[in-house]
Amino acid sequence: MYPEEFQYTKDHEWIQVDEDAATIGITDHAQKELGDIVYVELPKAGDSVTAAETFGTVESVKAVSEIYSPVSGKVTAVNNKLQEHPELLNSDPHAAAWLIRVQMSDPDEVDKLMSSEEYEAYVREAGAL
Amino acid sequence: MATPAELGPKRTALYAAHKAAGARMTEFGGWEMPIEYSGITQEHLAVRTRAGLFDVSHMGEITVRGPKALALLQSVTCNDVARLSDHQAQYTALMYPQGSAVDDCVIHRLGENDYFICVNAANTDKDYEWISSHNSMGAELENVSSRYSQLALQGPRALAILSKVTGFDLSTLRTYWFSPARCCAVDGLVARTGYTGEDGFEFYFSPEHSEHVWNALLEAGREEGLQPAGLGARNTLRLEAGYALYGHELDENTTLLEASLGWICKLDKGDFIGRDVLLKQRAEGVRKKLVGFEMAEPGIARDGYPVWTNGGKAGQVTSGSPAPFLKKNIGLAYVPPAAAQPGQEITIEIRQRKVRARQVALPFYKRPK
Repeated sequence: MYPEEFQYTKDHEWIQVDEDAATIGITDHAQKELGDIVYVELPKAGDSVTAAETFGTVESVKAVSEIYSPVSGKVTAVNNKLQEHPELLNSDPHAAAWLIRVQMSDPDEVDKLMSSEEYEAYVREAGAL
Repeated sequence: MATPAELGPKRTALYAAHKAAGARMTEFGGWEMPIEYSGITQEHLAVRTRAGLFDVSHMGEITVRGPKALALLQSVTCNDVARLSDHQAQYTALMYPQGSAVDDCVIHRLGENDYFICVNAANTDKDYEWISSHNSMGAELENVSSRYSQLALQGPRALAILSKVTGFDLSTLRTYWFSPARCCAVDGLVARTGYTGEDGFEFYFSPEHSEHVWNALLEAGREEGLQPAGLGARNTLRLEAGYALYGHELDENTTLLEASLGWICKLDKGDFIGRDVLLKQRAEGVRKKLVGFEMAEPGIARDGYPVWTNGGKAGQVTSGSPAPFLKKNIGLAYVPPAAAQPGQEITIEIRQRKVRARQVALPFYKRPK
């Protein structure tokens, strides 16, 4: 369900790391909680992101949800498919609907994040509350 | 039907049915209600193209009876109750002395001395207390909300679906008229009223039949594509139709004229609470004007976002959301009267960014004839 090669945040973002480059998105749990996603606001290539700080928003009909960056660095790419097709976040949050790519300034920041196993347990516990 | 206050929000008799149908629940006006089942967009489109079924049992019902009923109702509301015939309903507002609304509501006349008012869930107790405290005439008042479940069946196929299970020729019921009727073998009142901008009906009946009627209606509408619909879609539908929501477009600080509800204010009917303020505003002008707008650039205006006109900061968005049928992002806001003009631009502050919007005439959506 949750790809093993990703790591996860408590705010339901995923990050896939390749040396000091990272791809970031929101998890399947996040898209389920949001419902039909109708709008996404993302930074531009060249913008900075900071770990645990918001870098954009994902909006459903009913609500605005901030997205928090798992790591610090510089945005190298933004998924521009999402402007026209925000619904991709509902149908394919772990692959086609990646949000941004980042050149990390401090790759050690990923050590703080959850593995897929830990994230699955975290989501299960949240559902039981 | 209601759970004790200390235990948290109230639940309608259909709570279990909603959970079983996979509804995502939310708290609204002191009630735990379904926000959506299959999704707001899907449910909204179902109502516009086929039909949707809403549990609106959280709404309140107040009866006003006796030889003084008409006098009381005329005094506390802005519309002309004397115009009603038996089995006719009327959209109106309970009035504060400052020309604003205690609540907006629908009065139904069963007879010359027999009325019931359908009021907003969040305001039921407030409305009852208000009417009681102004009942110097001695009409008989009762808060009968716990005696009713209410379901709204709305959409172009509503008439066809409801006709299958109702022992009454619904095609003879005009809009804003109602009748006692037997629906799914349960006696109640069927009114051709609603809050979606589509044709539709609202059925009032005794709560012990709730699950039976809910299931029977869904079954009767299955072939027609009837779907359960929640408060999320109820809000996007009424917004597209340009209908006010109390607490947003209406509150104690907004007169009926400012809210573009002059059409329900019958200033010639005789005296009523708030009439003098409305007369004065009609002569001298209003302080603000309700306008509709659509976003002119990407971005979604939400409730409470600041609104800017040429003259500076003008107020806030009172209701803002994507419009699933119109496929635009729309909203309502109050602006200075001089700035209120369809076609004129305003800006909405969306999280510190100023985004352009354009005023449009209301309603955003009008159902095809």
